[in-house]
Amino acid sequence: MTISGHESPARAPVIIARDLVRRYGAATAVDHLSFEVVPGEIFGLLGPNGAGKTTTILMMLGLTEVSDGTITVLGHDPGREPLAVKRRIGYLPDQVGFYDYLTARENLAYTARLMGIERAERSDRVAAALRRVRLADVADRRVATYSRGMRQRLGLAEIMMKRAEIAILDEPTSGLDPQSTAEFLDMIRELKRDGVTVLLSSHMLDQVQRICDRVALFQAGRIVLMGSVPELARKVLGAGFVVEVEAEAAAGTDLAQRLASVSGVNAVECIARDRFRLTADHDVCPEAARAVVAANGQLRRLSVDEPSLEAIYTRFFETQKDDPEVRHAA
Amino acid sequence: MRREGSPWQGLSGVFLKELADHLSSVRMRVLEWLVVLTAVAALYGAISAIRETTQEDPFVLLKLFTVSQGKLPSFVAILGFLIPLMAIGLGFDAVNGEHNRRTLSRILAQPIYRDALLAGKFLAGLATIAISLLCLWLLVVGLGVFMLGVPPSGEEIARSLVFLVFALAYAGVWLALAMLYSILFRSPATAALTSLGTWLLLAVLWPMLAPALAEAIAPPNVRLQILGLPTLATLEWTQALMRISPSHLFGEVVLALLSPSTRSLGPVFMDQLQGAVGGAPLAFADSLAVAWPQAVALVAGMIVLFAAGYVAFQRQEVRA
Repeated sequence: MTISGHESPARAPVIIARDLVRRYGAATAVDHLSFEVVPGEIFGLLGPNGAGKTTTILMMLGLTEVSDGTITVLGHDPGREPLAVKRRIGYLPDQVGFYDYLTARENLAYTARLMGIERAERSDRVAAALRRVRLADVADRRVATYSRGMRQRLGLAEIMMKRAEIAILDEPTSGLDPQSTAEFLDMIRELKRDGVTVLLSSHMLDQVQRICDRVALFQAGRIVLMGSVPELARKVLGAGFVVEVEAEAAAGTDLAQRLASVSGVNAVECIARDRFRLTADHDVCPEAARAVVAANGQLRRLSVDEPSLEAIYTRFFETQKDDPEVRHAA
Repeated sequence: MRREGSPWQGLSGVFLKELADHLSSVRMRVLEWLVVLTAVAALYGAISAIRETTQEDPFVLLKLFTVSQGKLPSFVAILGFLIPLMAIGLGFDAVNGEHNRRTLSRILAQPIYRDALLAGKFLAGLATIAISLLCLWLLVVGLGVFMLGVPPSGEEIARSLVFLVFALAYAGVWLALAMLYSILFRSPATAALTSLGTWLLLAVLWPMLAPALAEAIAPPNVRLQILGLPTLATLEWTQALMRISPSHLFGEVVLALLSPSTRSLGPVFMDQLQGAVGGAPLAFADSLAVAWPQAVALVAGMIVLFAAGYVAFQRQEVRA
C-alpha cells in the first residue's frame, strides 16, 4: 500500500489504518481497526476510557508496536520511519507534562531543539507560538505556577511551533473548566483554519460534536460507528434533524397532519397545543414554514436541532444490548 | 528491520538540557559540598601527615591522595565512597522521573529515537561527574603545591589524571546501575533505595561475605592453616569474588596507579620476587598494565549495565 503523502491531491487521506491490531499478551487493546482521515478535517476519536483510543494514537506515532495490520501516516509507516512521521505530527498527550522547574519559554526551546529547528529561528518561533495561545505575558514564569488550562495551551503552542500537518490531541479538554474548554476549542478551530488536520480523542460527547467534522466511536478496541454526526443520527436514530415548529393553527385545520405530509418528515410529535416536533432526514425548515403558511397558520418560531451525539451514543448502546449482531456488523 | 534516520538525532539537545539541569540542581549542589568538605578534611589530614615524615619520596603529590591520618580515611577512600553516591543521585530518577512528570510521551513524540534520550541523559550524568572530579583534582593539586611547596612531577600528573579517567568509569558503573533501576521501577523512591541497597551490599557487606563464600567453595588446607599460612585456592577464590564488586575493582586501580611500588594485585610468591628491589616504584606504563584489567572490567560493567537499561527502555510502553 503506497500513497504519495507529501504533495497529495487535495483529498487523499493523510492517515490510513487497515485492520490495525494491538495485543498486550492475551488482551487485545485494538482489534482490527480500519479508518481514514482526510486532510483538513477534525476527526474525533470517541469512546470510554480503555477503548483503545490512546493505543491507536501511539501506533500512529510509532511509539508502540503494531501487532497486525498496517497504518500509514502521511505516506510513511510509523513503525519503520518514525522520525519522518514525528517530524510532521504534533502530539498533545493526555494530561501533558512539562518540566516544572523551567519556564514555558525554556520548555518550548528544549523541544524546538529536539525538533531540529534552526537556532536562528528558534526564539522567534517559540515567541510566536506562545503569542498565539495567549501565554506570551507569562512565558517567563516557571511552568510549576501554571494552571491545567495553561499547560494544555502550552502543549498546543508546541504543536503550532512545530508547524505540524497533523495535530493529535488526546483528551485535551478533560479537567478544564468551561471557560478554558471554550477557549481551547476555539484554538483547535484556529488550527483547522490553518489547514492542519486534527485528531481529537475525547469522552466529552458535546464538545466533540461541537467541533468535529467526523467521529469514530470506539468500543472495546473496535470502531463501532463512524461518520459525521448527522450521518450517525440517520443511521442510529433514523433521522438526522429535529425541527421544532411553534405555530397557531387556523380554526379547523390540523396542522400536525399538514406537517406530516411534508416530504422528508418522518414523524410529527405534538408537544403542546401549538408546538410540534418534526424528525426529518434533512433540514425541512423551508418546507415546514411553507406548509404552515399554506394552512393559514401563524408561524411564531422555527428552529432546527441537530440530534445530540449523546442521544446517538445512548441509543446505540441500547440497541446493541438487544442485538449482539450490531457489534460485528459495524 | 532497519530504522530510518540517525539514533543520535537530538542527542546534543538532551545532553545540554540534562547537563544544565544537573549543574543547577539543588541535589547536585548538596552532593558537591559534601564531597568538597570531606575531601578537604581528608586532604588536611594527609598534608599534616606528610609534613611530619622526613623521608624522601619522589611521589609526594600522590601521597596526598592515598595517605590517611588517624580516624580520617584517605582522599581516595572518600572518593570511592562518595562517587557512587553522586552517580546514584544523578541517575535514580532519570527515566521514571520523565514518566511521572508525564513528559516522556511528549518528548518521544519529537523526531528523536529513545536512544538519544537515554544516551543523552547518561552522558550528561557522566559529564557532570567529570566536571566535579576535575574540580576536585585541581583543588587537591593546588592545595598540595600551596601547602607542601613541592611542584608535582610530570609522572605524578599523568598518574593522577589517568586515575581520574578510571574514577569516571567507576562512576559510570553506578550511574548506569541507577539508570537501569530508574527504568525498571516506576517510583523514583524505589529506584533510589534499590540503588543504594546494591551499593551498600557491594561496598560494605560484600568484603565480609566474599571470604566466607570462598572458604565454602574452596575449603582451606588444614595443614597450612596450622602453620598459619593461607591456602592458595581459597585466596584466589576470595579475590575473584571480591572483584565482583566495583568498589573493590576501583580500590585495586587506585592502589596500582597511585602507589607506584605496587607490583601485583594478586598473590605473589617469593620466587617471583627474586631480583626485585623491594619498595622500588614501577614505571608508569607498568603500573598502568597492572591496573588495566580492573579498569577494563569497570568499563565493561558500565557498558553491560547501560545496555541492559537500553534494552529495557526500548521495550517499555511510553504511556503512563
